[in-house]
Amino acid sequence: MFDFLRDFIDQYGDLLVQSSIDTLLAVSLATTLAYILGILLAVVLKITAPGSLKPQVLINSVIGWIVNMGRSIPFIILMVILIPLSRMIVGTSLGVLGSIIPLTIGAAPFVARIVESSFEEVPAGSIEAAQAFGASTFQIIWKVYLRESLPSLIRGAAITLITLIGYQAIMGAFGGGGLGDVAVRFGYHRYKGDVMVAAVLILIVLVQLIQSTADLIARKIDKR
Amino acid sequence: MIELRHLSKTFLTKEGSFEALRDISLTVEDGDIHGIIGVSGAGKSTLVRCVNLLEKPTSGSVLIDGEDVTNYSGRRLLNLRGKIGMIFQDFSLFAQRNALANVIFPLQLRRDSRKDAAKRGMELLELVGLAHKAKSYPAQLSGGQQQRVAIARALANHPSYLLCDEATSALDSLTTDAILQLLKTINHELGVTILVITHEMKVIETICNKVAVLDGAQIVERGKTADVFAQPEQQITQRLLGQAMAEAAAQAAAESATAVSASTTLTDQLAYLEVKSDV
Ligand SMILES: Nc1ncnc2c1ncn2[C@@H]1O[C@H](COP(=O)(O)OP(=O)(O)OP(=O)(O)O)[C@@H](O)[C@H]1O
Ligand SMILES: [Mg+2]
Repeated sequence: MFDFLRDFIDQYGDLLVQSSIDTLLAVSLATTLAYILGILLAVVLKITAPGSLKPQVLINSVIGWIVNMGRSIPFIILMVILIPLSRMIVGTSLGVLGSIIPLTIGAAPFVARIVESSFEEVPAGSIEAAQAFGASTFQIIWKVYLRESLPSLIRGAAITLITLIGYQAIMGAFGGGGLGDVAVRFGYHRYKGDVMVAAVLILIVLVQLIQSTADLIARKIDKR
Repeated sequence: MIELRHLSKTFLTKEGSFEALRDISLTVEDGDIHGIIGVSGAGKSTLVRCVNLLEKPTSGSVLIDGEDVTNYSGRRLLNLRGKIGMIFQDFSLFAQRNALANVIFPLQLRRDSRKDAAKRGMELLELVGLAHKAKSYPAQLSGGQQQRVAIARALANHPSYLLCDEATSALDSLTTDAILQLLKTINHELGVTILVITHEMKVIETICNKVAVLDGAQIVERGKTADVFAQPEQQITQRLLGQAMAEAAAQAAAESATAVSASTTLTDQLAYLEVKSDV
């Protein structure tokens, strides 16, 4: 048993470590970028909503429509559509680098809705109080919406990270690198069941780690 | 001085338009604790929200210290609001900030230095008797304590005016008394002019020197509290007064009933209460 493990690690250890790093790198970079886009979209959606701080029916429905569109395109199709864009921006549609653009664009609308629903948790009374003290719209976004929904935003970020790990694994099967790539390449094409199982186990551990860390932090900072 | 001149507010809803305020004229003199009383839906919150322009009047004007602020916008409006404190029925503290951070929120909007703000914040918590709770979060405070923090927050910017929208409606009778006393102190000691919105005569009776009765979007009666209480002209005022008296009687009865003896049956006590509250 130990011999088997030693041989296995000798043979595939580096590969598994490298592809774990690749997956994490691609996913965290894409999550960061998706959050920059997604928070922007969510803020616009929130403040332009009817009865909100700056009601703008047209902008609100156009952005809402774009976000829904983005969410309804199946990820695999989005991946293919974005190949040229990815080549243009990062120079490739393959590997870790190549997976960043599709992951970001795929996640941004999802993030927008998740962040929007975190904003919904902020009591209307808190917004009104901030307004009454003369807070500007920017201050309300920054000091009330984002600050007051922080625990919820962290929980949402964990959901996004985990979803993207899943997407990244799909991309792996199409040359996107990372753990999904290893699982498919060795497990599926070369009948190396042990490598596939190892890759899947690492994915399971990653997901668990992300979820429990996020839960821990969110619980610690949530003062409600 | 706060002046409302021929103020009207009509809400446009899907079902049509709804007139929440009609031709309201009202003056709140400096140093007043001015009450506005009315039943639910009378338009009280809408009225007080018009004062700091959280609600834009459909017509008429709002004057603060003689200056027409009705059409203020941008920076000017934000600065004006900074000078008018406000407290709310549900306290509306920021749940993720501790008491001190809540109190200095209005100061941070103005980019005061952190140290000065913290110092002022502690002074204010001292004033409302909660310096020892500076690090507590709203969820760890009782309703009365939360409202004290909210009062401290409303005073952070040295406002000349304090708007109170049903500030005691979520509190029990004893806590209400304590908060009302605090408002009185703030009025006396800091010279803050207070506009109090309530549906309880008791609140008016305890702290207001003037009162206006709001009914069906209009002010139907106004004057010095003593005069209005002595000779209520409108039926609605009489009803609000009668209700207040019945409540006071019921409370007195409840207190004496519990004091009387443990042997009295519940039915007896209920009967007793009923007799008293018929007054
Ligand atoms: N944004 C709004 N849109 C449409 N109607 C509104 C709006 N705000 C208030 N109203 C209506 O205006 C009327 C007065 O509301 P307001 O909140 O001022 O009453 P209130 O006297 O404060 O009542 P309460 O004691 O229950 O708080 C109500 O009939 C309410 O339905
Ligand atoms: Mg109200």
